[in-house]
Amino acid sequence: MSWTKKDLLGLEYLTQGEIELILETAESFKEVSTREIKKVPALRGKTAVNLFYEPSTRTRVSFEVAAKRLSADVINIATETSSVRKGETLIDTGKNIQALKADIIIMRHNCSGAANMLARALDISVINAGDGWHEHPTQALLDIFTLKEKLGKIKGLNVAIVGDIAHSRVARSNIWGLVKLGANVTVCAPEMLLPTEIERTGVKTSSNIDEVLKNADAINVLRMQFERDEGAAFPEQLDYYKRFGITEERLAKAKKNILVMHPGPINRGIEMSSGVADGKNSVILEQVTNGIAVRMAVLFLVSQAREDKG
Amino acid sequence: MKEKAKILDKEAINRSVMRIAHEIIEKNKGTADLCIVGIRNRGVYIAQRLAECIKKIEGKDIAVGALDITLYRDDLALASGQPLVRKTEIDFDINDKKLVLVDDVLYTGRTIRAALDALIDFGRPKSIQLAVLIDRGHRELPIRADFVGKNIPTSKQETVEVHLEESDASDVVLITEKE
Repeated sequence: MSWTKKDLLGLEYLTQGEIELILETAESFKEVSTREIKKVPALRGKTAVNLFYEPSTRTRVSFEVAAKRLSADVINIATETSSVRKGETLIDTGKNIQALKADIIIMRHNCSGAANMLARALDISVINAGDGWHEHPTQALLDIFTLKEKLGKIKGLNVAIVGDIAHSRVARSNIWGLVKLGANVTVCAPEMLLPTEIERTGVKTSSNIDEVLKNADAINVLRMQFERDEGAAFPEQLDYYKRFGITEERLAKAKKNILVMHPGPINRGIEMSSGVADGKNSVILEQVTNGIAVRMAVLFLVSQAREDKG
Repeated sequence: MKEKAKILDKEAINRSVMRIAHEIIEKNKGTADLCIVGIRNRGVYIAQRLAECIKKIEGKDIAVGALDITLYRDDLALASGQPLVRKTEIDFDINDKKLVLVDDVLYTGRTIRAALDALIDFGRPKSIQLAVLIDRGHRELPIRADFVGKNIPTSKQETVEVHLEESDASDVVLITEKE
């Protein structure tokens, strides 16, 4: 199995083998962050540009840490203070970054498909760090990496994704990846936040969290993005917590070793209680650590693919 | 690939490894502060065999680590065919240790250069010595081995294949050439 793609745009576009190659490569990279000198020279002389059109701290910092541990140079562009404010188009911005001889653009954008469009327009690598409601591939890869590390496999696992499925790129990328690797995925949300025809992706749906918790080996609890609340379509926060919030009482009825995951940042007391977030089933901070290894693997593989072509 | 010659069989490999183990103990005046790090993949198997031999001779356990040098290669940018990044596992402190680095074949010396850079990222050993099963010549860097199983003059068109039971069907060292 070798990697041939210059970009990482979404898990929809990857084969099972390609996903497994990223996970395997990430396993090797995890060790680098445990060294006293947390740096290897693999991407020395390469330049990675963080181009973020939406606010993000953890993903941007995670990519920056990953690139620096590979010895790449990292430039952060905050679009609020750049020429994007003067009306420059995305493609023009991308071509300018390419003209600076950067090697990789890591982009977050509020429009679904933005990364795909940029990748088609450029010869350099584009890594999607989240585009609209479409995909957030590295988040799903680190979720799957954590599942595999903790439970030893993905095939046959019962994984529940709980929360705002309709507006979540994290949910979409997880569904693509988990279904390809053979997990049984259930999405659980209030009816208004379940997209129609989501079953066509190979998942089951439910609006009863207690039922879902009975069989789950792991739950991935999504952030309720109340900052995107445009009024009618969102449930009341307190009402959501009562119906779907993951509490100690609810978890007590689940499998004893169920894994609780969350992509962060957590709304304590909305998606889950503090007791659960900090409890023994929670792997939320390990997800953050694993995110670095997964992003190192992705940066390394897309760089190698470009070298092969060139 | 056409097989041209069988250089070492199972017994000869065992004898070479046992002799190198004796030489390591002799040169280091015992096993104090000694540790062994093998280069993936086959260097690791030879490293483990050396540690077993040293245990038989001296009755002491020697720490063995595994080093993957992919990320330190000087030809990463030119590599044809993607190298798979494998795990580095050095679970002990190498500071102030007498470290024996082990590989199956010493050729251009570039792998050893990469391994030395990688080891220095883990700490500052008191010394680094190099043990190889086969030295086939054609060095491109000023590197030499302290312990050699067998010196084999080769041409650059030839390939030295080391097969070990841990990863291959049997223990044997062959010289092959493209047909």
